[in-house]
Amino acid sequence: MSDTKGRFGVHGGQYIPETLMNAVIELEEAYNRYKDDPEFNRELIELYNEYANRPSRLYYAKRLTEALGGAKIYLKREDLNHTGAHKINNCLGQALLAKKMGKTRLIAETGAGQHGVATATVAALLDMECVVFMGKEDMERQALNVYKMRLLGSEVVPVTTGTGTLKDAVSQAMREWTSRIADTHYCLGSVMGPHPFPTIVRDFQAVISREIKEQMLEKEGRLPDAVIACVGGGSNAIGSFYHFIEDKDVRLIGCEAAGRGIDTFETAATINTGRLGIFHGMKSYFCQNEYGQIAPVYSISAGLDYPGIGPEHAYLHDIGRAEYVAITDDEAVEAFEYLSKIEGIIPAIESSHALAYAKKLAPAMDKDKIIVVTVSGRGDKDCAAIARYRGEDISE
Amino acid sequence: MSRITEAFKDHKAFIPFITCGDPDLETTKACILEMAKNGADIIELGIPFSDPTAEGPVIMEADNRALSGGVTTDQIFEFTKELSREVSVPFLYMTYANVVFSYGIEKFMKEASLAGVSGLILPDVPYEEKKDFSEICDKYGIELISMIAPTSEDRIEMIAKEAKGYIYVVSSLGVTGERSSISTDIGSMVKLVKENTSVPCAVGFGISNPDQAAAMAGLSDGAIVGSAIVKIIAKEGKNAPQKVGEFVKAMAEAVHKA
Repeated sequence: MSDTKGRFGVHGGQYIPETLMNAVIELEEAYNRYKDDPEFNRELIELYNEYANRPSRLYYAKRLTEALGGAKIYLKREDLNHTGAHKINNCLGQALLAKKMGKTRLIAETGAGQHGVATATVAALLDMECVVFMGKEDMERQALNVYKMRLLGSEVVPVTTGTGTLKDAVSQAMREWTSRIADTHYCLGSVMGPHPFPTIVRDFQAVISREIKEQMLEKEGRLPDAVIACVGGGSNAIGSFYHFIEDKDVRLIGCEAAGRGIDTFETAATINTGRLGIFHGMKSYFCQNEYGQIAPVYSISAGLDYPGIGPEHAYLHDIGRAEYVAITDDEAVEAFEYLSKIEGIIPAIESSHALAYAKKLAPAMDKDKIIVVTVSGRGDKDCAAIARYRGEDISE
Repeated sequence: MSRITEAFKDHKAFIPFITCGDPDLETTKACILEMAKNGADIIELGIPFSDPTAEGPVIMEADNRALSGGVTTDQIFEFTKELSREVSVPFLYMTYANVVFSYGIEKFMKEASLAGVSGLILPDVPYEEKKDFSEICDKYGIELISMIAPTSEDRIEMIAKEAKGYIYVVSSLGVTGERSSISTDIGSMVKLVKENTSVPCAVGFGISNPDQAAAMAGLSDGAIVGSAIVKIIAKEGKNAPQKVGEFVKAMAEAVHKA
């Protein structure tokens, strides 16, 4: 049985080329040195609050609650963060750490473009060079984010290999890191990859559940009954779950992208359709064929269009602590439109997967129950694609 | 002495690589026969993977061509088994952790050993993660090859001490593929290795011509060449075998004299 570093049950580990081993060891040492350092944390909290607009609101969605007629629904408004998503929490943390390590250059992968924009933003703020790898297909789906990254001073490199999506962007960023390590930090965008990334990214995103807990105790004087978040690699979900893991009465629900359905090949629902494997530096669940070839996954959401899931989620699934449900494109698009109309909040198509499940769950729960849904990002970036999905062609 | 280590006994070893099934197994077989005939001392057989994160574009595309052609791990085992009857040069498999893990580590090693394969290279399994694989490799007499890179530094001693077959010395940072020059101080990496093991060292990544191969073999015990061969196959397709043979001949002669 694997008992190496950075394990979550059997998951995790460090499955990377030898060339990168000293880089991840150096990163782990630096993280251990700074994570409890008062000065580092003071700087980070100042960036969170003054620059990224934290703490984010925990908003009681009264109209949504009344319309669904069941549990009380709160929205954790990560969409109100600077750059419009939770990704900035992780980028500020990693970039600050990289800076302390003497790195002058950040590289990153991006799917929907949110992590790329957040990395480019932080690179501009901290005066670092930045190169973002993005699948060619995603660059077409998210042209506005490509423009933003370039506006912020970053280089965006199109990735044409494989399916031209998030998975290929991760592979290409890893290849780039292998060729240039001394001055470069790989600012990985999710709770995945080799140790220590799943732990570092989780810790920086855990600010979400720390705030939910405080805000919920203040507003309701008790913990929620369920916390729901969407899962691709799983960073906003693990951030939303983390401080509730020990609170066994709080249901933790991750919503995967089912694409056109988990009984089709056009899906990205890893827990629901994948099996144990080793890829992108970690042991976890992956969508793959019988010979271990990674499957070309699909979702309407570029941010959830990934064939794997972070190792800590795989573990929470194994031990039954968290539930993972699959939400189709149709359900997500419907939730996207529903929240826009009923609350005047346009959620990211990724977050719409979590909202779609809340729509199913809330009516089945009593009115004295409480659900928190993390709105991981804003939906401006998705409007053109959703319009297309509905057969309407608008130019951005 | 293992079959792999023995290949370094008389002279420096030339080790070519080929992706199985690129563009089809028939061509792969013809290329391997040419390699064996023209002086290859060990042959690395690549089992293609959909997302080879340590490879540059040339081998990535070879993997794509092979998988698009429908080749599977089972077919490659069968193919190798037949080939082992005709070729006495030792074979290694080179692939990625998930290909082995997903097949079942035990089942994979058993099949590999039945196919007559002597060793295995897994570029995404570093020293820290090798135990799950190496214990089963040992059981089936397959040598799990260790890699060291220009960034390995203080890790070289630990890796060398447990190395088997040969040590794959990664010549430079980055992924596989041809390079115009190699600036790493290979000599001092090899010296560190030699202080800790008697297992031979072969240098790979970026070697594309006889001069480079001779220079790298001169600093170590052998040279590994992948992308330059795969490139010939990409260009020539089914007509590649003869050209591959000529290339291997020139490379092997340069290495054997080094």
